Amino acid sequence: MPEPAFFVVMLAKIAVVFGLMLLSVAYLTWLERKIISDFQVRLGPMRVGPHGLLQPIADGIKLMFKEDIIPQAADRTIYVLAPTLALIPAFISFAVIPFGDRVRLFGQSIDMVISDVNIGLLYLFGVASLGVYGIVLGGWASNNKYALLGGLRSAAQMISYELSMGLSVVGVLMLSESLSLVRIVGAQSQTWFILLQPIGFLIFLICAIAETNRAPFDLPEAETELVAGFHVEYSSMKFAMYFMAEYANMITVAALATTLFLGGWRGPFLPPVVWFLAKLYLVIFLFIWIRATLPRFRYDQLMRFGWKVLLPLALANIVITAAFVALR
Amino acid sequence: MEWLLFVPLAMLALATAALVILLRNPIYCALALVGTFFALSGLYLLLQAEFVAVVQVIIYAGAIMVLFLFVIMLLDVGHEPPPWLRQDRPRLLLGLGLVALLVLELAVAFGSWIAPGIRGPYTSDYVNAVGNTQLIGRLLFTEFLIPFEITSIILLIAIVGAMVLARRQ
Repeated sequence: MPEPAFFVVMLAKIAVVFGLMLLSVAYLTWLERKIISDFQVRLGPMRVGPHGLLQPIADGIKLMFKEDIIPQAADRTIYVLAPTLALIPAFISFAVIPFGDRVRLFGQSIDMVISDVNIGLLYLFGVASLGVYGIVLGGWASNNKYALLGGLRSAAQMISYELSMGLSVVGVLMLSESLSLVRIVGAQSQTWFILLQPIGFLIFLICAIAETNRAPFDLPEAETELVAGFHVEYSSMKFAMYFMAEYANMITVAALATTLFLGGWRGPFLPPVVWFLAKLYLVIFLFIWIRATLPRFRYDQLMRFGWKVLLPLALANIVITAAFVALR
Repeated sequence: MEWLLFVPLAMLALATAALVILLRNPIYCALALVGTFFALSGLYLLLQAEFVAVVQVIIYAGAIMVLFLFVIMLLDVGHEPPPWLRQDRPRLLLGLGLVALLVLELAVAFGSWIAPGIRGPYTSDYVNAVGNTQLIGRLLFTEFLIPFEITSIILLIAIVGAMVLARRQ
């Protein structure tokens, strides 16, 4: 492909993915509220637009025009920087996830992924591990005890579960023999890895919920004990940025689960992108379902579960997978 | 073309490294160090060492520095006066001596005979043909197996030692 065309295609892909991501983040809030109200036998947002469909837009406008308060004793630089630090990793991590097969357009073959790097999975884990800065620094810079405690909790939680998450996908790596997500999807043309790695999938899913700070692992923002956790002091768009980061992370993690264990965009009859989105939203529905069902963990239970159950289980999974791969 | 990326990255690495020791607030110092790690990671990418570049971010920026921040926040370390305002003659002299030694070493190393640019078997063409991560994995489990295992045992001992020390109190 000639260089100018390459850049045009690249920019177009980035623009489309970024736009869709923003839209999905906005409508995920609507989806979550609707699904949870279904679980609780009520209607949820109904007033703005048919079935509350315009609610996310109303919420967005409201957040943008709200007063932006910065506490007097806060560390201004970091207080302003922190929400951005949470948001950027959440959005750039999607860059290596393939969302469709190669297509031919205007005589060029275009990969349905922003960038197929040979260390794709490691890139994702690297970027995801940076998300914790936004939360920890936001909690610290607010100069508020609840916020600081929430930030520290989240640091401990995210580091603990990142470890098991990383180990849970080693089985997939052994089977696909590549870190490139495009090739991992390619390796699942016969069987999806969820069938070969059921334990790995389960550990991955649990860690994914913990990494995105969602119930039952939402201790960093446990409102009954920490008021709201790391973002108590945040208001207006800065608060919205934390929210967007959380939902963007949820989308990325669901996309990663789809890519690693559910065969990515593969599937019969329907176009690949449709399959990808269907699986993605299935995982997201699962997340919301879990949130509506399970009560929150206690802090010591969370730590014990991460280190004494998930980590050994992930290691055992690696040993067993390695034995099978070696004997094959 | 490489210079377009190398010069800004190198300057960023030097500037953030200087900020680590010049800034007064320990949290800002830690963040500056994270910046240094990112610049170094970029330099590794320029050297086509993708695996090292990403592992640098995952381990140093993503795990170790978060723990550093954790400790700084919990201890609530106060602001220290910048080093050049401290009246500490012996330390200043020691520091200047060490800097002189380092500059001398660098001059010797880059000067000529220690690093004459000998090409080993792992040229970048060969590494790219095999694959960065694959080659590191293969070498760790064959040629460097014993050093690799020794390192992991040392780390294990350190973990057990930390546990023992923490339990005693």
